[in-house]
Amino acid sequence: MKLRRWFVLPPLLVIWVIAYRVLKPAAEWFTYQLCGLDPATHLGQSVAFFVYDAPKVMMLLVLVVFGVGIVRTFFTPERTRRTLAGKRETVGNVMAALLGVVTPFCSCSAVPLFLGFVEAGVPLGVTFSFLISAPMVNEVALVLLFGLFGWKVAGLYLATGLLIAIGAGWVLGRLRLEKHLEPWVLETRLAAATPAEARLGWNDRLDHAQQAVREIVGKVWLFVLAGIAVGAAIHGYVPDGLMAGIMGRNAWWSVPAAVLVGVPMYSNAAGIIPIVQALLEKGAALGTVLAFMMAVIGLSLPEMVILRRVLRLPLILAFVGVVASGILVVGYLFNLVF
Amino acid sequence: MKIQVLGTGCAKCSDLVTRTEAALKRLNLDTPVEKVSDIREIMAFGVMSTPALVVDGKVCFSGRVPNVDELAKIIAS
Repeated sequence: MKLRRWFVLPPLLVIWVIAYRVLKPAAEWFTYQLCGLDPATHLGQSVAFFVYDAPKVMMLLVLVVFGVGIVRTFFTPERTRRTLAGKRETVGNVMAALLGVVTPFCSCSAVPLFLGFVEAGVPLGVTFSFLISAPMVNEVALVLLFGLFGWKVAGLYLATGLLIAIGAGWVLGRLRLEKHLEPWVLETRLAAATPAEARLGWNDRLDHAQQAVREIVGKVWLFVLAGIAVGAAIHGYVPDGLMAGIMGRNAWWSVPAAVLVGVPMYSNAAGIIPIVQALLEKGAALGTVLAFMMAVIGLSLPEMVILRRVLRLPLILAFVGVVASGILVVGYLFNLVF
Repeated sequence: MKIQVLGTGCAKCSDLVTRTEAALKRLNLDTPVEKVSDIREIMAFGVMSTPALVVDGKVCFSGRVPNVDELAKIIAS
């Protein structure tokens, strides 16, 4: 059964590529020929959007989550910590932000991870770089951005997300906030023995990747479809240019408003991005939209509540403040450039 | 034998408890599964990503939820 996989996976990949190639004509044929909808009507527009985007995004999601699942088997939080423990601040911030993208991380283990890092001597600012980049620059967000906006926006998001994680971590490190850690944090001593994971073979890595697909896709598919459905409705029914007044580049207050609305909103990337795409299409400015997405994905209230167990309020506020400022700068910058 | 599941109480952690119990049942063992949710106790095991499984004080894995088959294998060995 283990061997069989090596014969099943390559043909599956070929089928995937062919299906992806014919998706657009197939979706158009389905909407306009089979269902007999008129491309000039609102309904035709909406249905065509959904029938094309929903399978496209799901296919990309499965492929990328599988790929990232394999990559992640090469990284563990323990190994990442060992890498970061000896690093100086600036280099450490950069490495922490990069490792945050590939190290497996779930926001429910934010606290043990935070403690583990700090106690191993990883500077506070470097630890923050990791904690900012891990949720913000995630594979689900990148897939959706690539699928719906193309590689340029996905690349911009990746680059600016990393920059914010590096910059905000560095600033937080400079602020010398160690005194605002809960007092017991620095007293806790981590047991020296880190769990020894068995060495993984390729079969194990593929197992883990398959499990990741089941887990992540199983969790987000409903949000993706709901998001695309709302996006499709906006695409078909909202008149062009409506958003230009509210979220356009000339409305200076739209970037801070987007961040303010985005921070308390807790949605995974899967639900928010298709809606955002439709807004962009109707005249919202790219920087405003990017700021909104980053605020929703990168700063979440539940994570703050979890972190409150190790950080005192001033430190949490500094964390949110610095990251939100970074997002603001990115938002304005993009509105200025594009 | 002593079996502990380390976790701060998220969905994955309770998944691991349920699956560990199922694995024990399959092995015809009636060892109780102890839940450890105090963060300091978790740190004392040197674990940084939850959930984790501890058998007789030894950490078997952390940061993932294996299926029942694999869990049975881990516990049996």
